[in-house]
Amino acid sequence: MRDLFDINRITGFIIGDAQAERAVPPTGFTARLTVFAAAVMAFLAVFALALSVSAGRLSERWANELAQSATVRISAPAGQMQAQTEAALAVLETTPGIASARVLSDGEQRKLLEPWFGPDMPLDALPIPQLIEIVEADVGLDAEALRLRLLGEVPGAVLDDHSRWRKPLAAAAGRLSFLGWFSIVLIFAVMGAMITLAANAALAANAKVITVMRLVGAKDSYIASAFVRRFTLRSLTGAAVGMVLGVIAVVLMPAGGGEAGFLSDLGFQGASWLWPLVIPLLAGGVAFGATQAAARRTLKELR
Amino acid sequence: MIELNDVAYSYGDGELLGDLTLSLPAGSFHFLTGPSGAGKTTLLKLCYGELLPTAGHLRLFDQDVRSLDRDGIAELRRHIGVVHQDCQFLDHLPIADNIALPLTVSGHSIASEQANLSELLSWVGLRDRASALPPELSGGERQRAALARAVIMSPDIILADEPTGNLDWEMSQRLLQLLVELNKMGKTVVIATHDMGLIRAAKTQVQARVLRIANRRVQLAGADL
Repeated sequence: MRDLFDINRITGFIIGDAQAERAVPPTGFTARLTVFAAAVMAFLAVFALALSVSAGRLSERWANELAQSATVRISAPAGQMQAQTEAALAVLETTPGIASARVLSDGEQRKLLEPWFGPDMPLDALPIPQLIEIVEADVGLDAEALRLRLLGEVPGAVLDDHSRWRKPLAAAAGRLSFLGWFSIVLIFAVMGAMITLAANAALAANAKVITVMRLVGAKDSYIASAFVRRFTLRSLTGAAVGMVLGVIAVVLMPAGGGEAGFLSDLGFQGASWLWPLVIPLLAGGVAFGATQAAARRTLKELR
Repeated sequence: MIELNDVAYSYGDGELLGDLTLSLPAGSFHFLTGPSGAGKTTLLKLCYGELLPTAGHLRLFDQDVRSLDRDGIAELRRHIGVVHQDCQFLDHLPIADNIALPLTVSGHSIASEQANLSELLSWVGLRDRASALPPELSGGERQRAALARAVIMSPDIILADEPTGNLDWEMSQRLLQLLVELNKMGKTVVIATHDMGLIRAAKTQVQARVLRIANRRVQLAGADL
């Protein structure tokens, strides 16, 4: 393991051995296939990464923001609305785990209903329930206990802690994030398979070169290194190009403003912009492993 | 240096060589003769580890070849120069690079061996053809290049398979002279050949043993050679 991260070894690998490089002739179509496959896979990986990061962010935001708030809805005849609202507030003020409770104004309620009924809705003419917004304290709220108290003291009050729709949304976002990461694993698996095919083709096309090099005393590790280095650098280059194009495509995604929702929020924020830089390095690692395995197998077969 | 003890080699069901017991000590000079298909090339291949005996023990530099892994064989080959019948070059590399290939694969810097390489190219008469690709060379030129490649590492053993097959008399004599010189420097030389003239010429310059392969066995050839 220490050898793997030996700086001299890594530097030597990157600089390469010009003589060894020349001994193995470049094979046109495998070179193009490797660069193309790595570029396409890296491009797709950027999108999978953006999806995963965005879904993760969304899941976290929903879980955090919604978990900190709840609503009490009071439905009562017009004459009892005020009394029940005050009774509910009194219950809330004496309930542990509640940082604050606030009765929403008519204006705020109108704004909430505006997307469905339009701005000119005559709120007074409709039997609109009264909403009380609750902000939870850090210690958390015992929702079931509060429900029972409200049931006993304020018959028209219903507590909504958002868990009914918050949980499936957060779970869906979490699943989407997982699928994004799983897609990245699949993308790199396909990349590895394609590079293995290309490396096998290159090794088969160079069977005579391998025979001659062995006859003059080349060790298999020396022969393999010429192929491994070449495929690793090609994959690294292709993946870097694909990554840059992918990031540009993500940057050019249309911005939808604050209310456009998940799709326009797809992308990276802050430090997460650094994540795509990992893609070419991973591609290089995958190519290194795939070519190493292919070379070892082929050289063993070419006894 | 090369020791064969009851060595046999079989292709499929047929035994090509059998019961070979032979010692080729350091500094010796041997010719291998025999009819085509008798197993001269096979015996040479056994001597540099390209083929492994199917029975018996073959020791190179005091190591049993069957106990060596591929890297071990590769290490051995750095001490054995081989002139192949079909030369075996990398066609995409200039002939000078092909000649330098043993240096390259063993980690030597070509730059530091440049003088040695130039001298060798001059000796085999290929100085002006250094940048030519192998397919651009004549059969004789390829044979000379193969010899240059075989000796560039100053190996302890030189194995040559029909090295004069494509050479004229003058070049054959030059090649023989080099091999004799190398032998006088203590190198072991084994040449598989049909060229009786070459053998007679060699015997005037060096104490050479002639081994004849026939009926799957090796015999010491008569003094009439």
